[in-house]
Amino acid sequence: MSTITRSDVAYVAGLAQLDMDEAATERLVDEMNSILDYMAKLNELDTDAVEPMMHAMALTNVFREDEVAPSLPRELALRGAPVHDEEYFMVPKILDAEGGGA
Amino acid sequence: MSPWYEKSAFEIREAVASGAVSARAVTESFLARIDAVDAQVGAYTQVWRDEALAQADAVDAKIAAGEPVGALAGVPISLKELICTQAGETTCSSKILAGFQSPYDATVTQKLLADDAVVLGKVNMDEFAMGSSTENSAVQKTANPWDLSRVPGGSSGGSAASVASATSAISFGSDTGGSIRQPAAFCGCVGLKPTYGRVSRYGLVAFASSLDQIGPLTRDVRDAALAMNVISGKDPRDATSADLPAEDFTKKLGASIAGLKIGLPKEYFVDALGSEVRTLVEKATKVLEEQGAEIVEVSLPHTEYAVSVYYIVAPAEASANLARFDGVRYGFRHPDAKNVTEMYVKSKSEGFGEEVQRRIMLGTYVLSSGYYDAYYLKAQKVRTLITRDFDEAFKACDIILTPTTPSTAFAMGEKSSDPLEMYLNDIFTISANLAGIPGISLPCGKSASGLPVGFQLLSKAFDEATLLQTAYCYEQHGGNDLGLPALS
Repeated sequence: MSTITRSDVAYVAGLAQLDMDEAATERLVDEMNSILDYMAKLNELDTDAVEPMMHAMALTNVFREDEVAPSLPRELALRGAPVHDEEYFMVPKILDAEGGGA
Repeated sequence: MSPWYEKSAFEIREAVASGAVSARAVTESFLARIDAVDAQVGAYTQVWRDEALAQADAVDAKIAAGEPVGALAGVPISLKELICTQAGETTCSSKILAGFQSPYDATVTQKLLADDAVVLGKVNMDEFAMGSSTENSAVQKTANPWDLSRVPGGSSGGSAASVASATSAISFGSDTGGSIRQPAAFCGCVGLKPTYGRVSRYGLVAFASSLDQIGPLTRDVRDAALAMNVISGKDPRDATSADLPAEDFTKKLGASIAGLKIGLPKEYFVDALGSEVRTLVEKATKVLEEQGAEIVEVSLPHTEYAVSVYYIVAPAEASANLARFDGVRYGFRHPDAKNVTEMYVKSKSEGFGEEVQRRIMLGTYVLSSGYYDAYYLKAQKVRTLITRDFDEAFKACDIILTPTTPSTAFAMGEKSSDPLEMYLNDIFTISANLAGIPGISLPCGKSASGLPVGFQLLSKAFDEATLLQTAYCYEQHGGNDLGLPALS
């Protein structure tokens, strides 16, 4: 398999929405390479004819009747939010004043 | 008479239900024990003193009124920090959930309360259940009650330390790759990971959804069976919970194991296994053989790939599950964010600890475009091979017997600098989660330095009754009651 570089770490951090400083990036390059090297062991196995296992139980669709039931009261659902009003979760500005994306 | 905190859940429930002791007196005994020893052990992150006494009083009132009481009436329990409770906080021992009050109870919490258990509080864990030593908690350190300089194991380290130090009669933890069984082995208690789907995951904060299960850590096997009677069952709120008739898990306790076939997988008795652990596990095998079990050798040829598969599948699922902690609906939001993207990035980066960020990074990488087939798909295929190994082995035996861990509890700080070395500690427990089968760890003695050693029994899916029967038989005949650690 491939070797992880600093730019790989930066790219993955971007996907994961994590902020990595220089020291953390260096550390992760080493750690991820050592962990992924160990995992390369899996390539010893020929799995071309093997079905992947997505889940511990072989479930397909689990259906139920679509019935109205009590759900979480709004004030409880909002209780844990860092910022909220009576009805909504509040977040910082999504669009800037010029109309572009943040 | 020995104090109530030394009693098993079964004994406590019998005494409370028969009126021999009040639930309040039992609860007070455990609270006093917490006051006496938990400053050293550090199992509890929250003690719910007043709420626990109020619950105990409610049980006593039911008994005084002649009303029937539940299967865990008056039994003081603790819950791992990731099991949702409307009371108190549910922090997953993470900064990102500091102060979080769940708006609902987990199904397991509801069932325990409905059966009149008394919740003493919440116990420590590795942040988001990621770790094998509880050193990844952002809240506090937890020590192994048998040697305070050593780790209790993890991720349910607070649960195991609490049961071992007799500050709760039963603790409920969760097991994704060994997180109940490994700390149970390190702390000398019984730890059961049920079959995937046996216990509802509703209200269990998700780590790796195809692997997670809630289970009990107890002082003995009968208590584990009692706990399973309460928490098992189909839950409409968890579509992966199995729709099976209710079962009495105590029904085979005490039944003879004559003729039962116990398989020893040769791949587990390898060089990495410490000699003290090996000797004690072999002794335990002898005990079961003397009780009439037939010992056979079996093979689980893909065992050496389990750690690789697990550390691809679990971080992949975790990276998706943990994306929900975005600072919008609950948890920590960084105060300096100027826009939404900054809010996500700053909140996660500041809120998640080092190991959690490492796993999110690994999981994101193995799912990312160009690497999905090489890592994630490959791991899922090998997961199939590992599961087939068990299907084959269970054609030749009813129960598989293995060590739970390669060694006894390690020193704090000993493995925390090398993530891969820490991951390899899970080598004997991970396969059961990948295959979805149940496993139990129980004590089989102590090392020369006085540290508990555990061994593991595995069964076919949904055959916890035979697992408990075998474990109970060992417990009755193994002569390995460890007693309580010396804590002042």
